[in-house]
Amino acid sequence: MQLIPCPWCGPREEVEFHYGGQAHVAYPAAPADLSDREWAEYVFFRDNPKGLFAERWVHSTGCRRWFNAIRDTGTHDFRAVYRPNEPKPVIS
Amino acid sequence: MTDMDQPSTPGADLPDHPDFLWRNPDPKPSYDVIIVGGGGHGLATAYYLAKNHGITNVAVLEKGWLAGGNMARNTTIIRSNYLWDESSGIYEHSLKLWEGLAEDLDYPILFSQRGVLNLAHTLQDVRDSVRRVNANNLNGIDAEWIDAQGVKELCPIVNISPDVRYPVLGATYQPRAGIAKHDYVAWGYARRASDMGVDLIQDCEVQGIDIVNGRVVGVQTSRGPIRAGKVALCGAGHSSVLADMAGIRVPLQSHPLQALVSEILQPVHPTVVMSNAVHVYVSQAHKGELVMGAGIDSYNGYGQRGSFHIIEDQMSAAVELFPIFARAHVLRTWAGIVDVTPDASPIVGLTEVEDLYLNCGWGTGGFKATPGVGSCFAHTVAHGRPHPYNEPFTLDRFTTGALVDEHGAAAVAH
Repeated sequence: MQLIPCPWCGPREEVEFHYGGQAHVAYPAAPADLSDREWAEYVFFRDNPKGLFAERWVHSTGCRRWFNAIRDTGTHDFRAVYRPNEPKPVIS
Repeated sequence: MTDMDQPSTPGADLPDHPDFLWRNPDPKPSYDVIIVGGGGHGLATAYYLAKNHGITNVAVLEKGWLAGGNMARNTTIIRSNYLWDESSGIYEHSLKLWEGLAEDLDYPILFSQRGVLNLAHTLQDVRDSVRRVNANNLNGIDAEWIDAQGVKELCPIVNISPDVRYPVLGATYQPRAGIAKHDYVAWGYARRASDMGVDLIQDCEVQGIDIVNGRVVGVQTSRGPIRAGKVALCGAGHSSVLADMAGIRVPLQSHPLQALVSEILQPVHPTVVMSNAVHVYVSQAHKGELVMGAGIDSYNGYGQRGSFHIIEDQMSAAVELFPIFARAHVLRTWAGIVDVTPDASPIVGLTEVEDLYLNCGWGTGGFKATPGVGSCFAHTVAHGRPHPYNEPFTLDRFTTGALVDEHGAAAVAH
């Protein structure tokens, strides 16, 4: 089974985690001002790259904390994990 | 002295290679229509462009080999018992085409209308299922609600004991549903499309889409640039990658979807059984393997493989529903990449780029739609406006809110 490196607990089995989709999607700063298109973008549209993807995971049956990861969607390889208050690492 | 003693060239006495089913041409500099993606949808679109609309200066560009993606990986279930009118329209159109497809293509596709049972395991499942049966009947689609005993009569190997974690309370039944031989479907379409003049070009990866003044004019490929009057995207799991090339944002997430087959067994399973609640769907292929599908892996992935615990969950569900499967052996497992939309309905139609057409978002359920979407998408491309059956499935609906929410009928098992 794939091991996922929780930034608090270290490597644990994938079944302990749940996926949270794309990371760094901020709630709209001025929701009342959004057009329908902008609401659609916030609610429905997410990046879907083949390659490196910054995404959220939660260690559900461990520390139960959220964290971010940069994972290669082509190989499923975790290239970096970082806590929510940490900046997104730059990976070439 | 016998023949065995004579030295001979290995293979010298074999019969000639059978006729190839399609030509294998090099790309021309220019086509009226380029279809990106040589899977079921791309091949069907090419076939109906030629047959229904007389458009034959067409190329299908495939980065791998024909029908080697989801067309080779799906569990071949064909049905049309969806909830909403919009879905009923296109899926039932497709089912009717399936019923005449072998004759139309003059090719055996082994379409077997053995019926599909969609099991209900909770009272809410029962209510939703009965509602869907009523909706189907109003749309002229064959569907009936049957109780657990009726399930047992149709498929004797299903365990209907009340003493299991998710007891079978009943099922919806669509008798006209069934399975087909997926490879034969692709080959049948490819053969006829090629005969009518369509160029099927394999090992030709689209790497860029050329747009001038808001109009598509061609594609960049691993075999050089090709000009096009119109471009139609049938990229399935890679639709986001293609749309990105054209600067179009699509609300898709690509996930691995796993399936498996058992070793070849005697006929034990006369129909198709699907269960959204326990995440498994099973039929028995013509050759004898039990074919089972799972739910999608939760994470985005393009790797055409998934996590093993999904297979374990699927097998535990299968063994509870079908106790005799406990002694069957898994022969192989695999995954395809499915492009999932927020409302579990496809996106088929025009884009903001002129002459660029999009067919994607079929998620876990694209195979059954192959003839239906092929004919409707060909109509859309030929006329520059959607066919009535795909008109509701616009990209724009995510802005207008006119969603076609088929999570209930599609869910895990589309």
